[in-house]
Amino acid sequence: MFDKLELRLSGSGGQGVILAAIIIADAAIEQGINAIQTQSYGPEARGGSSKAEVIISKDEINFPKVTTPNILLALTQNSYDKYIATLDKNGILVVDESVDIVHDAPYTIYSLPILETAQNKLGTHMVSNIVSVGALYALIGEDVIDKDIMLKSITNRVPPVTVDKNISAFEEGIKLIRG
Amino acid sequence: MNSEKKYKLLQGNEACVEGALAAGMRFFAGYPITPSTEIAEISAQKLPQLGGKFIQMEDELASMAAIIGGSLAGLKSMTATSGPGFSLMQENFGYAAITEIPCVIVNVQRGGPSTGLPTSPAQGEIMQAKWGTHGDHPVVALTPNSVQETYEYAIEAFNIAEKYRTPVILLMDETVGHMREKLQFKDPSEIKVVNRKKPTCKPEEYIAYKPDEDMIPPMASFGEGYRYHVTGLTHDETGFPTNNNEISGKLVQRIVDKVEKNIDDITFYEEYKMEDAEIVIVAFGGVSRAAKSAVDNMRNNNIKVGMFRPITIWPFLEKQISAVSEKAKEIYVAEMNLGQYFIEVDRVAGKKCPVKKINKITGELITPKEISDAVMGGRE
Repeated sequence: MFDKLELRLSGSGGQGVILAAIIIADAAIEQGINAIQTQSYGPEARGGSSKAEVIISKDEINFPKVTTPNILLALTQNSYDKYIATLDKNGILVVDESVDIVHDAPYTIYSLPILETAQNKLGTHMVSNIVSVGALYALIGEDVIDKDIMLKSITNRVPPVTVDKNISAFEEGIKLIRG
Repeated sequence: MNSEKKYKLLQGNEACVEGALAAGMRFFAGYPITPSTEIAEISAQKLPQLGGKFIQMEDELASMAAIIGGSLAGLKSMTATSGPGFSLMQENFGYAAITEIPCVIVNVQRGGPSTGLPTSPAQGEIMQAKWGTHGDHPVVALTPNSVQETYEYAIEAFNIAEKYRTPVILLMDETVGHMREKLQFKDPSEIKVVNRKKPTCKPEEYIAYKPDEDMIPPMASFGEGYRYHVTGLTHDETGFPTNNNEISGKLVQRIVDKVEKNIDDITFYEEYKMEDAEIVIVAFGGVSRAAKSAVDNMRNNNIKVGMFRPITIWPFLEKQISAVSEKAKEIYVAEMNLGQYFIEVDRVAGKKCPVKKINKITGELITPKEISDAVMGGRE
């Protein structure tokens, strides 16, 4: 039963993990549950490491930062190396399949072709973040956030001319988990 | 704002602009600086749509000067900055105080001193907010701890500025400025908006700095036909400079009194699980969110702990802190600096109970665990 979920989304700057986090938080409040979204505000731009966090909860959220995420997304080796130690031992790790998983721990691991799906199925690496949102959404579950609300949140937050492509990316992301 | 949907996921900085606009802000002058930049960006987007004006100035000295001018011309005015810019605004802050020109200065605090840690949270300007400009002067500083409160206290900041003819500081921190959470917009009919008192006499009868019984002189806008003189020198009721010792002393006393004697009207605070609290954590802004979590965690271990959260940072809530110290056995002041608010809490509460510090200056928010460790460690 859903009570509270802490997500950390990480990747390299420019991959859009902050937007991915905003889309999830936006959908959560639309669903009527509490959400808070924060991000590291390093001086990095494209290429540096980037981290965004979302907490969704039925109760009021006080401390706004994620300390022990239940779900960790890492799109690059660097971000995996940097944040893997923080993942809850019963948590879920979602990584791009290009990442070498070197730690041995009891968490559930999904190694998924996120970047390849974006590039090959959708024609641009730019939608890797939304493929990720699809995968994360499949793990969060429709019992927590309605799919229609997720679709609306994506539509509202991506550039208008890219809506169709991003919706397809979202669906492909869900398929990566559900098959 | 979308009329059918009354809430939105927004950053604290975005909520600050929404609140300011709801309060009637129509002029913003500033110089962008992390972590306050969104406030300038969004003001630049939204003000022209409402018939307002936005100017990016050459620096923060000019920004502060510009909002004083804007307000004198009749527009509710605001600037936003962070540590380095806040330092540059200090002289003109004093000018706004002695000339009694309402305006709002937002400081989204980051790590200092100097350029410090531009993208990280801190609360290092608690004392600067009070004493940064020279001379005795009134200061009102409000510290929100959520996106919702940032919106509401941005409105309040304008209302206090207008009501008391004084500059008001909205003292935020990077944590609150940059986090996103739900903002529930208020219907305009629910929002109390205060406007400055205007003269009712004829222009030729106007004595610009003659206070009413409430200690506040009515304020005419420049350009309305009321001619008067504005100076940072101590001045008499006409606004012209004077070296008269008695008049000078009375002026400074009045501008301080008009705020300090109305402290109950500008007192805002939150008490959390304080009914039976033996240990009290005093925290504000972003840190209070950690303190609240820490209180909940410790309560689960049957520790009688509560939180007192000043929202009005200045004037200091002496009456409330004194009352807290009557009941508490221990007080901890948690803040992202080396103990600035602590000085005031200790001054008032220190004779009644031990007051201890919990400090962090690494550019990271204090965590609930750090607070509970400090409290529990102190009890072993």
